[in-house]
Amino acid sequence: MSDVSFVRTDMLSEQEPPASSVGVIGWMRSNLFSSWGNSILSLASMAFLYLILSAILPWAISPTWGATSLAECREILHGLGREGHLSGACWGVIRDRWVQLFMGFYPSEFYWRPILTFILLFVALAPVLFADKVPAKLIWFSALYPFLMPWLLWGGSLWVPLAVLAGFVIGFLVHGVVSKKMSGLAGLIAGLVAAVVWWMFLAGIVSGALTSIIPLALESVESRKFGGLLLSLTIGVVAIGFSLPIGVVLALGRQSDLLIVRALCVGFIEFIRGVPLITLLFVASTLLNIFMPPGTNFDIIMRVIMMATLFSAAYMAEVIRGGLAALPTGQYEGADSLGLNYWQAQRLIIMPQALKISIPGIVSTFIGLFKDTTLVSVIGLLDPLGLSNAIRADAAWNGIVWELYGFIALMFWVFCFSMSRYSMYLERKLQTGHR
Amino acid sequence: MSEMATKRTADRAKMQVSDEIAIEITNMNKWYGSFHVLKDINLTVNQGERIVIAGPSGSGKSTLIRCLNALEEHQQGRIMVDGTELSNDLKNIDKIRREVGMVFQHFNLFPHLTILENLTLAPIWVRKTPKQEAEETAMHFLEKVKIPEQALKYPGQLSGGQQQRVAIARSLCMRPRIMLFDEPTSALDPEMIKEVLDTMIELAEEGMTMLCVTHEMGFARQVANRVIFMDEGQIVEQNEPEELFNNPKSPRTKLFLSQILGH
Repeated sequence: MSDVSFVRTDMLSEQEPPASSVGVIGWMRSNLFSSWGNSILSLASMAFLYLILSAILPWAISPTWGATSLAECREILHGLGREGHLSGACWGVIRDRWVQLFMGFYPSEFYWRPILTFILLFVALAPVLFADKVPAKLIWFSALYPFLMPWLLWGGSLWVPLAVLAGFVIGFLVHGVVSKKMSGLAGLIAGLVAAVVWWMFLAGIVSGALTSIIPLALESVESRKFGGLLLSLTIGVVAIGFSLPIGVVLALGRQSDLLIVRALCVGFIEFIRGVPLITLLFVASTLLNIFMPPGTNFDIIMRVIMMATLFSAAYMAEVIRGGLAALPTGQYEGADSLGLNYWQAQRLIIMPQALKISIPGIVSTFIGLFKDTTLVSVIGLLDPLGLSNAIRADAAWNGIVWELYGFIALMFWVFCFSMSRYSMYLERKLQTGHR
Repeated sequence: MSEMATKRTADRAKMQVSDEIAIEITNMNKWYGSFHVLKDINLTVNQGERIVIAGPSGSGKSTLIRCLNALEEHQQGRIMVDGTELSNDLKNIDKIRREVGMVFQHFNLFPHLTILENLTLAPIWVRKTPKQEAEETAMHFLEKVKIPEQALKYPGQLSGGQQQRVAIARSLCMRPRIMLFDEPTSALDPEMIKEVLDTMIELAEEGMTMLCVTHEMGFARQVANRVIFMDEGQIVEQNEPEELFNNPKSPRTKLFLSQILGH
């Protein structure tokens, strides 16, 4: 016997939730102590954290900022009654050498140049990274930055980067004229040929002549003066900037219907991925000059940048291929049926989606590349790690390990963490609520 | 599928067939590898005709209409679309694709663009229409398919029926002379089929040349002037809809009709 008839006569009013489910106590209950097992794990983790911090903090909190040598550090600590190998950090080395860790052996009277380059980097990046927050015209500065940056860093005549830039303009103009008169492909080839001819034979003469008439030049700084974070950033930023477009081209080439294009791309990608970066760097430092015509002196940093770029471009191509593979064929068919040609479809439909899918992979490759720049220390370039060896070779700081590595790690972490946060921001921004 | 189909009845008097030939297929053959998917297809479609292509799955009906805008390549025979021969010449393919709109089973909208951007993309980049004019055209067609208020949303935020109507509007923005429909309602929930079919009926009433692969026999009865039945890659029977449904000649057609109209 059950009575299924029920009518509510008075509605219930809202009540406060129980105290155990809100506030600090509620948070702790649901996040730390939601069950016996979780409570044990929480307590164990806290004990572990305590152990780590109780070992590191007393070491790190050490009044040795003013010391000028390791011996002085030890005296200060001895005076405080702290004895033993891990009695305290010796931060004097950071105060003494931080400028060098940032700038390497760059002449100190020109420090404004790398600093300005670094600030302008963000101005140039802004229209690319935050397109909706800055004026669109700023993208012109981004386009000029690749020519401005080497001039500021390495110095020399302003006419050289301008002559290189002129090559692009000439190529573009020739392309425009020829593709209007003949076909688009002929225009592309003619534009390329015109630009290459300009760079190979004319750019040097013209820039030389202009320099002798109007000498607009910064004092040049040799590549071997580069070091520290400046070196890592130079290699990292340039290689990152070039590896993405090259990676896109390689990924498209790998999917091409043209057999030879595909074979070349697959061959390149698989070769580069099959060889350790160190090998490529040794090739850059030793072998590459053998292949060059005698008498050419190809800048070592340029050679390293080339190798790092090609290395990460191969990985980039595979990351982007993953993004391309994730797109349904319907997207290609939709674009085709509307009459978009191959390049329009790639630029407007396929790549925006494929790159968006690949953001986490692309940024991982960027971060990996940036950290891999420390490998240049094995071919004798003084990046922060190479410098740390050089600093330890100084009698005053012989024996310093943790402080230097910790500081270098922190420098890299700041950049890598920023990249990672940016990629998360970008993914959120591009989320359009589909699939 | 069902006979229920559409809430509004089509006005056949408005649907005029002209003498002008829109599509002419002669002795067309196609293979996938060694599999012969389309066998000796001959078909002439006049401007203003509404043709429904029916047949069991795997009979080659989708492949046939996908050949008409070169999404699939045919190996033998001749396809003339609006006076242009479909060959390997990219210029001809581009020209034909500008004149032929296509609506897909899975809509194939571009999820990273808003509805409005989906509609204006091809007019701006392919037809070189100024942006403002393209947007006005887009809004005109969005109103026609009755969803102008969704213009600034993304495809992922719309229902299936709305997405398919956007896809139809997207094709119309290119002002095509021929529309191809590849199972436009097969991926939709029953209550959304109606809204898409209504849009298609309106299109037919405006004199659009339509080739439609569909299982909606109610739509075929109302709109089509010709139904083509395909099986095993060939045209088995074609006739006016009433005649073909009520009095099929081929045993294959009879079997197929008994299966889809059975309950």
